Amino acid sequence: MDSQVKPGYLGIDVGSVSTNLVILDDDTNVLAAIYRRTQGQPIKAVQEGLKELTELMRGQEVDIRGVGATGSARHLTGVIVGADVVKNEITAHAVAASQVVPDVNTVLEIGGQDSKLIVLRDGVVTDFAMNSVCAAGTGSFLDHQSARLGIPIEEFGDYALRSESPAHIAGRCSVFAESDMIHKQQVGVSVQDIIYGLCHALVRNYLNNLAKGKELLQPMVFQGGVAANAGMKRAFESELGIDVFIPEHHNVMGAIGSAILAMELELDSGESNFKGFEVTGLDYKTSTFICEGCSNTCEVVRIRVDGKTLARWGGRCGKWEMQDSAGSRQKRELLAAR
Amino acid sequence: MNALTGSGRARPGTGIKVTTPHMGNLHLLLEDLFGRLGVEYIKPPLSSTKTLQIGVKHSPEFACLPLKINLGNFIQALEKGANTIAMAGGHGPCRFGYYGIVEERILRDLGYDFRFVMLEPFGDGPWTFYKTFESLAPGLSIPSLWKILKVSFAKGRAIDRLGRRSLQVRAYEVNRGDTTRALKEAEKILAQAGTTEEIREAEAAAVAVIEGVEQDPERDVLKVGIVGEFFLLLEPFSNFDLEEALGHMGVYLERCVWVTDWIAPRKDNKIFGYPKKLIEEKAAPFLSQNVGGEGRETIGNTVMFAERGFDGVIQLLPFGCMPENIASSILPKVQQVHDIPVQTLAFDEQTGKAGMVTRVEAFMDLLWARRNGRLISVPRRGKKPEAACGGCQRAGTA
Repeated sequence: MDSQVKPGYLGIDVGSVSTNLVILDDDTNVLAAIYRRTQGQPIKAVQEGLKELTELMRGQEVDIRGVGATGSARHLTGVIVGADVVKNEITAHAVAASQVVPDVNTVLEIGGQDSKLIVLRDGVVTDFAMNSVCAAGTGSFLDHQSARLGIPIEEFGDYALRSESPAHIAGRCSVFAESDMIHKQQVGVSVQDIIYGLCHALVRNYLNNLAKGKELLQPMVFQGGVAANAGMKRAFESELGIDVFIPEHHNVMGAIGSAILAMELELDSGESNFKGFEVTGLDYKTSTFICEGCSNTCEVVRIRVDGKTLARWGGRCGKWEMQDSAGSRQKRELLAAR
Repeated sequence: MNALTGSGRARPGTGIKVTTPHMGNLHLLLEDLFGRLGVEYIKPPLSSTKTLQIGVKHSPEFACLPLKINLGNFIQALEKGANTIAMAGGHGPCRFGYYGIVEERILRDLGYDFRFVMLEPFGDGPWTFYKTFESLAPGLSIPSLWKILKVSFAKGRAIDRLGRRSLQVRAYEVNRGDTTRALKEAEKILAQAGTTEEIREAEAAAVAVIEGVEQDPERDVLKVGIVGEFFLLLEPFSNFDLEEALGHMGVYLERCVWVTDWIAPRKDNKIFGYPKKLIEEKAAPFLSQNVGGEGRETIGNTVMFAERGFDGVIQLLPFGCMPENIASSILPKVQQVHDIPVQTLAFDEQTGKAGMVTRVEAFMDLLWARRNGRLISVPRRGKKPEAACGGCQRAGTA
């Protein structure tokens, strides 16, 4: 076993449904990857995830040179672990996809509670769209239907692949889709045709919501938790008539992207803000209070550890945002600059 | 004392306490105008979450966001003692044309007692226009109304020019928040001014305050144009203070409509600087018809920002806005022909700030990447930092 200490880069993507962590080596190879459920507790999910990572990395000495955070809980995560770069998930996904497929032109990403479409040309993002206020076409809906049909979500894809003629399911809205599926099932349509029909409905909904007016060219990468569903790949390929590539680590691409972003900082050993894997043991307390300073009555979130406030946010006017300490300002200036 | 310097001289005996909806800093102009007219003006509390909650509660679900905010303003103002509501009318080739009527009906159904004054455009008939004001300020003569409007508009334009400049200065500010503070101070200086001469002097002093903000002229900034539906553009509450957030990310902004541009009878857009006719010409290859609201202007303004070398354009609209939805379905073509990225953001009371921030951050990343020809734009060590990035700043919080 290689006992040499090698540089590593930690990427963390905390989404609404899943929390993903990866460690990359300095050649962007994945040394360890974790995909777990957030279960409504992002801090706990990150701590447990870090614990799992240390288990996975046992026997390998890695010096974390940079940490990136992304996903809807990116700011919170950034504070908890001491991230060097906090970036939105759209950029993180684009970065990861173009690492795997350098000439990628289209990235399809479907996660637990949102979906994204990213259009790239010559290695640069030229357009993107993210769905809003709609769960139809995301992982949560598939999850719900798998539970209703009593078929584990992992087997959904296999069922869809066995279908010979997909049922037509109304996919505009998950509520309508569900009624329609029940109707189809009650008139005797086979489960595999319903499931594949559902995949088609989700794909149509995705394309209607996100792809209007956009040119979807190959190479096309499909990532996010839902990419594990072979039925979705088949449905995309049949709707678009082009090949869809699913990367090996499709479910942790956001985390990979944020690790790559951290790598780009080219920090030396010890320069990272990373607080170490020990943060798993700390007791972070979050609390909220209503600011009565004006009639906006903003809800301000406060994160504390050992009675010391680490961060505050949520106010409209910014008065609760914490000023950086002098020590970290220099570092921030280095990191905040492009 | 003539009518021009009659600020604060209430006309005795009328008992009229007039209120109007909020729309950005429109109230600054109205405070001045009603002061000169000698009419007591009840300013509704600044639009807030509470305002919106009240508005949403009493509005039809599918009404657009501005109506809900207007209604909240009115109810809060009535509770503050207003007894007269002045609302803009017009022909409104979108739902805005019905706002006044619908709002009045809702408030009457709720049992409020008030007088409703619909302010129709000057172009619909100067006499009606004059009589509307005369009904608020009995005894007002046509020449004095004319003089008062002229001087109040002069002040309004000065306020708009300060706002316009602040959108640019903020991109370069060294200490976050300085520009916002300076703008507030500058607006206070202008509020004191009475005569046209005083307004000119006050504007110079106010501009000096804004220019006095400590700036980093070396900073490399993105240039972004803001287009879309007028209320969403003019009222920062409705768009989660988007302009300020972008300014803090080091983005130089230009907005295509200002309060005095919108309420002025002439369509020469003095503050924005480009007349309506030119904007329509620019839109013509993509959209030659008036589709209501500002649909055609959105297209024309996007073309104009592209031609002027802006990095990108952001379109704002209330969710469900027909004219802006027409525009947004045409914008991909404009994007393609003029090679300019456009991001559309729709707002209603269901909109969360987080989703908007994520999209805006990603859009800024896109614009930087286009400019640098490189997807990743974090610094290589040892290289000169090129510009500040709002997205990363929180990383250092500890």
